[in-house]
Amino acid sequence: MSTHQPPMPQAAAAAPDRQAAPGGSYPGYSSPIPVVRTHLGHALASEWTKIKSVRSTMWTLGVFVLLVIGIGLLTGFAVESSAGDADLAGENPLSFGFFGVLLGSICVITLGVLTTASEYGTGMIRTTMTACPSRGRVLAAKAIVFFVVAFAVTLAAVSFVAMVHSSMLSGTAAEKPSGGTWFKATVGVSLYIALLGLLSLVIGSIIRHSAGAITIMIGVVLAPLVIALFMAASSLHKVQQWLLEYSIPSQLSVFYDNSLTQSGPSGWDPLWIMLGVTAAAYAGAYALLQSRDV
Amino acid sequence: MIEAVGLTKRYGDKTAVYNLSFQVRPGAVTGFLGPNGSGKSTTMRMVLGLDNPTSGTVTIGGYPYRKLPNAPRQVGALLDAKAVHGGRSARAHLLSLAQLSGIPARRVDEVLGVVGLQEVARKRSKGFSLGMGQRLGIAAALLGDPQVLLFDEPVNGLDPEGILWVRNLMKALAAEGRTVFVSSHLMSEMALTADHLIVIGRGQLLADMSVKDFISANSADFARVRTPDSEPQLREKLSAALTEAGGHVLPEQDGALRVTGLPLPRISDLAHEADVRLWELSPHQASLEEAYMRMTQGVVDYRSTIDQKAGLQQQLPPGAQPPMPVPGQGQPGWYAPPPPQQGGQPFGMPAGPSGPYGGAPAGPYGAPGAVGHPNPYAAPAAPPVQAAPPAPVPQPQAAQEQPPAAPASAPADKTQPEDAR
Repeated sequence: MSTHQPPMPQAAAAAPDRQAAPGGSYPGYSSPIPVVRTHLGHALASEWTKIKSVRSTMWTLGVFVLLVIGIGLLTGFAVESSAGDADLAGENPLSFGFFGVLLGSICVITLGVLTTASEYGTGMIRTTMTACPSRGRVLAAKAIVFFVVAFAVTLAAVSFVAMVHSSMLSGTAAEKPSGGTWFKATVGVSLYIALLGLLSLVIGSIIRHSAGAITIMIGVVLAPLVIALFMAASSLHKVQQWLLEYSIPSQLSVFYDNSLTQSGPSGWDPLWIMLGVTAAAYAGAYALLQSRDV
Repeated sequence: MIEAVGLTKRYGDKTAVYNLSFQVRPGAVTGFLGPNGSGKSTTMRMVLGLDNPTSGTVTIGGYPYRKLPNAPRQVGALLDAKAVHGGRSARAHLLSLAQLSGIPARRVDEVLGVVGLQEVARKRSKGFSLGMGQRLGIAAALLGDPQVLLFDEPVNGLDPEGILWVRNLMKALAAEGRTVFVSSHLMSEMALTADHLIVIGRGQLLADMSVKDFISANSADFARVRTPDSEPQLREKLSAALTEAGGHVLPEQDGALRVTGLPLPRISDLAHEADVRLWELSPHQASLEEAYMRMTQGVVDYRSTIDQKAGLQQQLPPGAQPPMPVPGQGQPGWYAPPPPQQGGQPFGMPAGPSGPYGGAPAGPYGAPGAVGHPNPYAAPAAPPVQAAPPAPVPQPQAAQEQPPAAPASAPADKTQPEDAR
């Protein structure tokens, strides 16, 4: 190949130019700022700065808290004033937090999607990936920071509502919740909601489009129930049953012991199901992130 | 030091970058030029490991970007000024990048000062003007105090003061021994900033040479000749005579003639012999911009046409003059008087018609003369033309620089399309 020859005279010709420039010898410039070997901790700090410095975080989490607490309190008042002792007999008083959490989950989904997809929407992802070529680290940092934030906020809101409900209904025939019930209705629900948000974050990273990913996630939450309602044919009964049992609202209600159906997941099953789905989606997002163009 | 070897990027069946090889050396500002859609940004993204090349490699300091140790401390980049979350303040944006790269937070305030954004550091970047966005992007690139800097269109949207600042910044960065790689489509800006040029068109390398070489290789100095407006037959007479003598003549919009391949005194003599009066005989030095236009016009993807307004135009009132079109508008060949090699070729190569330019008609006045048969008057005209330092013809495929001493090996530039004249 003759392509190797031409650069030589050119390089020789360029050398005097470089020496003419002050300090312009070949090794080039070296910065006085100390070089630090970066690790996940740096990415976590960066993602924490990012998530707290945009207003959408405050808005989505604010609306989430408002929905969970507002609807929770309204439900509590309604139940306390209208339901008789016969209705409440054997009921778990914490279960009335369900409606607020179900509606609030849409806010967590939105925030999860925005954490990743908004970087694609704005082009910020290119800046981020230039500053940190290790793409998996960025995704991991986003996932951890988001999960911790979503879990903490959900836990605070849900616990508050649970305490209010428990004290409101303590004088009625409703059952006194055990420690296990308390734990499931607060930590269990918070873990589940935070995982649902994490799944949205991962879907946002795969779809790379905010509106698209939010639509998909809301569809995932609501569509199975809606579809199941229209499956009247007896041949579809099994499918209908499965959709009812494993739809996300049903899974969520398992934590409150008031499942829509008597069969299906019970105990902590929904959490393991969501964990499995999220892990699979995370693996897919990681693989896509490594191979796709940013 | 950035080194690309055989870099190719395809999106589906569209090839954005094809077999691109170049080196960007430290201590100089290297301009990266090409028309819109020529693959500049794609190349930059591949340099930064954001897009994976379909084939070929690009390395910085010997490593592919994604394997580069401490990448953000070695390379800083401004890709797109709008690549910022608009809801985040300038300071928070830079702080998140600094934290990601392990850079102390006080560096953020330093670079905000360098780019002059201290006043608006805590304002959300959504409200920034394009120029402020550029400054923020430049701040992000400078954050790591890196050795290699890439800037994609850094002066877009900047005011004159900002443009001057960027120009001086680039030069200062290069003078410190850093590698500075700047893409632009603003030739005039590059003429003032860059030391070295890499020109691409439709994803292929057109030139890789110093600015000085680029101008001498691609710009033909031409003479503008104007004959009396009142006597159009004189103009035709003169063009015939000039063409006869081996010159290339292109008519200009306003009636003047662009003549290449003949020195000014010879044009004057010929006019005198033909008994044609001249109103103007002026030398014209092509700028870097024209050199660039000529080189890239064949590879421009998005070209404007004349706005016909067909069917919408009102009948001109009788006696009214139709408006004169602006020179160059919708005229593909406007910026392209034949470069020196082309003007010289008919003399240097006896087999004129075989050249890519020999066969094409040279416009309304040029057709009969120099093409085809060797011209007895051509010989005396040749020396002045070749007295100009022979310049290398850029070879797109070789993708390497030609030492200026070897122009003979350069065949006619195949990237020049037929409409180059």
